[in-house]
Amino acid sequence: MSDLAIRADGLSKQYRIGTRRQGHDMLRDALVEGFGRLLHRNGRPAERADLIWALRDVSFEIRQGEVLGIIGRNGAGKSTLLKILSRITEPTAGRAEIYGRVGSLLEVGTGFHPELTGRENIYLSGAILGMKKAEIARKFDAIVAFAEVEKFIDTPVKRYSSGMYVRLAFAVAAHLDPEILIVDEVLAVGDATFQKRCIDHMASVASSGRTVVFVSHNMDLITRLCRTALLLRSGRLVEHGPAANVVEAYLAEHSTGTSDNLADRPRSGGSRARFTKVQLVDSSGNPRPAHASGEDLILRIEIHAEEDLPDVGLAVVLKTLSGTRIITGWSRESGFPVSLHRGLQTYECRFRRVRLRPGQVITVGLWMEANDVLDSIEDAMTLDVILSPDTLAVSTDRYQGVLLCDATWQRV
Amino acid sequence: MTRHAAPFQQLRTLPVTVPGNGQRPTVIIQPSRGLLRLDLAALWHYRELLYFLIWRDVKIRYKQTAIGVAWAILQPLLTMVLFAVVFGRFVGVSPEGAPYTVFTYAALLPWYYFAQAVTESGRSLVGDAALIRKVYFPRLVIPLAAALRPLVDFAFSFLVLIALLAWFGIRPSWPVLALPVFVALALLTALATGLWLSALNVRYRDVGHTIPFLTQLWLFASPVAYPVSLVPDAWRFVYSLNPMVGVIEGFRWALLGQSGPLPSALAVNAALVLVVLFTGLVYFRRTERTFADLV
Repeated sequence: MSDLAIRADGLSKQYRIGTRRQGHDMLRDALVEGFGRLLHRNGRPAERADLIWALRDVSFEIRQGEVLGIIGRNGAGKSTLLKILSRITEPTAGRAEIYGRVGSLLEVGTGFHPELTGRENIYLSGAILGMKKAEIARKFDAIVAFAEVEKFIDTPVKRYSSGMYVRLAFAVAAHLDPEILIVDEVLAVGDATFQKRCIDHMASVASSGRTVVFVSHNMDLITRLCRTALLLRSGRLVEHGPAANVVEAYLAEHSTGTSDNLADRPRSGGSRARFTKVQLVDSSGNPRPAHASGEDLILRIEIHAEEDLPDVGLAVVLKTLSGTRIITGWSRESGFPVSLHRGLQTYECRFRRVRLRPGQVITVGLWMEANDVLDSIEDAMTLDVILSPDTLAVSTDRYQGVLLCDATWQRV
Repeated sequence: MTRHAAPFQQLRTLPVTVPGNGQRPTVIIQPSRGLLRLDLAALWHYRELLYFLIWRDVKIRYKQTAIGVAWAILQPLLTMVLFAVVFGRFVGVSPEGAPYTVFTYAALLPWYYFAQAVTESGRSLVGDAALIRKVYFPRLVIPLAAALRPLVDFAFSFLVLIALLAWFGIRPSWPVLALPVFVALALLTALATGLWLSALNVRYRDVGHTIPFLTQLWLFASPVAYPVSLVPDAWRFVYSLNPMVGVIEGFRWALLGQSGPLPSALAVNAALVLVVLFTGLVYFRRTERTFADLV
């Protein structure tokens, strides 16, 4: 009991569809509704169709010093859970007990005002995040040094470059010293060097015995920083356990090896030709659920063209979940001429013996061009990379690198 | 298979201080029930934030303008001149004893404070929506800061009043000691109104648009440009329910030695303000839980 940091019991949050985005109601509607209620006294506030549960019956416990990751797709309820735990919004039902001073970082630069100087914003933002004036004064020099903005500390932040702004904002947040730290995906800011420092700082916070609750889409970071993790799906808690297992469960729900409904994918390009389907297949053309490391990786791509298009370039790109491109297969680079005719057609791209580290998930992007970009889908499909007889002995820890390569050692 | 420590797994660490593990505060999060939990302790805990929010608004207000603080003085002063020309000369309003300019300025002083406090606190929650969505603190801090902030302007324009009194050779006697009471009444009236407006404005944005009309209407219903003696007797009782009548008459009594508000009228004013303030607090606390979802 005494070493608990957070106990959540049946936390639920209901939203009315639309209110989250539109914000406010019309006074007129409220009046009409009020009169309606007077007329129909027996009307009960029953389950209404326009209500959705953003979070449903979520229970868990976090121990002091535990670093917990929360993962799930967009809209799974991660942010709602963080907002409830940081007391920004109240649960509709359920209860949480929090033992310790909470600091939450749901955004970088909360409370910053462009007209104020860096110095003034440090005090303002610090106070908004819950620091005492004396505490801010004590940490002031460290914050300025961390952000590397010494020379501009008395300049209004509206004159800062976006990099400086983000550095200063994060520096203030990083010097918050709560017993329980709640962090939304705020690390994906700034240039690469600063990002690394932010992540290093998070890692040191995580290893310092502090309780941390951490939302991220970066599975690598979750497995590196967190001991345990929660997986949310449509507002419900579906997995809670060692981070590696939960991440695996999350990745499993993601990848199928086939994506035959590309119509609703975010894409750019015109309407002259479109990708309609992409599928991972074996060398005899049968669909495969995952890529066995070291074997050929064959993608079948179905394209629907509205007109005949001579001289088209096709490309598929394999990326890590964090978006780093690993391999591109480009028809022009391979010297393969493509011309589309009106209607459906299928092409196949074969990568020979792709030795990716097993255990990771890669995403597949599709792209085609005929002078203009015809269609471009960044995330058309995700693929699991699984062990094959050839790669049984390798580590499945993604931290060890994306690609496999035979390495031999000798003493010289 | 045995698990080995992975190469390079060790991350560079910065020194981080862990707070002492003495008394840990406990927070219970659950849907709030019941009519009222004012939780003034939490408000007290966040008093420094209140200070910083006021400080922010003062800074920004004077940073963005070319003549800065001068606006605090110019607004009531120019209105005074305008009123003096229109009402003092053409309409021929005659205040008891005091010159019309001072007579008006003594009323404009609390009035400008009040109008600013109502307007700013009424819009405050929507104005600070970004904060409300991203950080926890007692939401009451926001309208409270907005209602207190115009006191700074009030202090500056009070200096002008002192100069005016000196110019006309008016020496306030002991009633001037009661001035803080009337300032407090103006503050509470503004805060009570501001609490209602700000909470309603989160839900119904229509409310924000009505604030200018509300303050204008309120101005006409207050004896700023004219003396109370012009109000017909039949309307006098209803008229005196307006707490700003008490405030303005109080200012003129304290500064210019005119006949002040009746103590009974003041008591009714105070009671009315307390009722509005209390119900406003209840409404605010009840709707507070949905602010982050709606704003």
